[in-house]
Amino acid sequence: MIIKGKAIKFGNNINTDVILPGKYLELIDPKELAKHAMAGIDPDFPNKVRDGAVLIGGKNFGCGSSREQAPIALKYSGVKCVLAEYFARIFYRNCINIGLPAIECENISKNIEEGDSISIDLEKGIIRNETQDKSFKTNPIPEFLMAILQKGGLIEYLKKGD
Amino acid sequence: MNTFEKILARASGKKIVEPNEIVEANIDMAMIHDLTGPLTIDSFRKIGEKKIWDPEKIVTIFDHLVPANTIRAASLHKTIREFVEEQNIKNFYDVGHGGICHQVFHERGHARPGELIVGADSHTCTYGALGAFATGIGSTEMAAVLATGKMWFKVPKAIKIEVSGKFRNLVTPKDLILYVIGEIGEGGATYMGMEFVGETIDEMSIDGRLTICNMTVEAGAKTGIVPADNKTNEYVKERTDRSFTLVKSDTDAVFEKIVNVDSSSIVPQVACPSSVDNVKPASDIETEVNQVFIGSCTNGRMEDLRLAAKILKGKKIKPGVRMIVTPASQDIYTRAMKEGLLEIFVNCGGVVTNATCGPCLGGHLGLLAPGEVCLATSNRNFIGRMGSPKSEVYLASPATAAASALAGKIVDPTLQ
Repeated sequence: MIIKGKAIKFGNNINTDVILPGKYLELIDPKELAKHAMAGIDPDFPNKVRDGAVLIGGKNFGCGSSREQAPIALKYSGVKCVLAEYFARIFYRNCINIGLPAIECENISKNIEEGDSISIDLEKGIIRNETQDKSFKTNPIPEFLMAILQKGGLIEYLKKGD
Repeated sequence: MNTFEKILARASGKKIVEPNEIVEANIDMAMIHDLTGPLTIDSFRKIGEKKIWDPEKIVTIFDHLVPANTIRAASLHKTIREFVEEQNIKNFYDVGHGGICHQVFHERGHARPGELIVGADSHTCTYGALGAFATGIGSTEMAAVLATGKMWFKVPKAIKIEVSGKFRNLVTPKDLILYVIGEIGEGGATYMGMEFVGETIDEMSIDGRLTICNMTVEAGAKTGIVPADNKTNEYVKERTDRSFTLVKSDTDAVFEKIVNVDSSSIVPQVACPSSVDNVKPASDIETEVNQVFIGSCTNGRMEDLRLAAKILKGKKIKPGVRMIVTPASQDIYTRAMKEGLLEIFVNCGGVVTNATCGPCLGGHLGLLAPGEVCLATSNRNFIGRMGSPKSEVYLASPATAAASALAGKIVDPTLQ
């Protein structure tokens, strides 16, 4: 699976409260949640990523609350993949489970600027910054998690009667 | 093996497991609440399974939006009640019957030493205080657990926190865990297990152990644990008929890192905006506060309320400061009422609420306006956590919170 998009960049320790503030947790419709993606830090975010983007995070991306509404809001706002130095564990699992690719790469935020064109090969663990003409190698997404992503998420993966 | 490895090995039917190994484990108990439950139910239905794997092993607790404050919240509750009825889930704590999930779950005997517990809430790690391996998961993952009773785990590396010495007067387990998070950092234990041992932990009450394990996720940990001892045994035995085993790390267990802390040298700590590892001694801060919140799954227990009441008794909080006190469960509410604690809070100018997550998550009540400052005994001080993104949250112990409510600014309770 190869993913391409423009980079939108954030710093270290971006928590799920800023990705989706608690007051929106009553919302159920993913499209409604998407309108408030990153509301705690960048209210204009949904407009910036509408046409598809690769979100670049620093260290400990997605820390805090287990709210799955946070990665759902990102996915439905237009984020195609989250690439971070490393993830908080519940957020990482949630991304894979809802079919939003999430991949870790050390020191990546130093090597990507906002707006750079990024291409990611999830199975090979190769990240290309096409704008700066640089490539980076990281651990690929493990096979059993790729199988979930390829189905579009854990629900589709477990669905009865397929 | 250490406690984490022993519990995961047992749950996955293996003799030995090692860090980073992926195992498929059988879940002993699972918990959902009113904010993560509806999404779990929706995902469960989409999987196409008709019946949950074991209705005896699911605990459902309403706490985040209790009682319902909007029609939407009421509808979320209704969805869960219908599911509980349909699936014959007996362990259901509706409005007025429970309180905060991370108090009710173990108070009603659903957490036992040696068990593998998952909850659709990040602070599920709290039950590690009773010697269980307990961790938070998302709603879709929980739907898969409801359908299969199984989940994959990467066996975590472990950090041992050895705590020696005795706390000074008015210094609490909250100050210890804030100090530890300040030392190791917000991501300092990512994917790891944090095991707490030593003289201070042996002496510590179950309430105090619950406070420290509750906040391990704020250092990024998968879970925290206090290996079960006689205190754990007594607490759990009173509450359950199921048998359980006390699990301890072997003497040759491997830990990635060992952190030594002398609790007698710790002074009251405050986590400043807007990360939990931005920790300073309370005496270094003089920020004025608009609101003080005493409650939450971190510090809404009997010991916390008693400590706050001791400081507040017969006094008045500073004019212009709002104080909200939230007992963590109906049981604690009743006991605090009998002991006269609630009267002390009301008489000094505070508001006592029902048992709920309340102000902690900025969704239900007690929200902050732009520019306001709150000192809270809860566990997160992220931007906008308790209301406006332009408000600020400081975290501290119930003693620091009570003393600060009286002073109208953040103070060190030991210096008052």
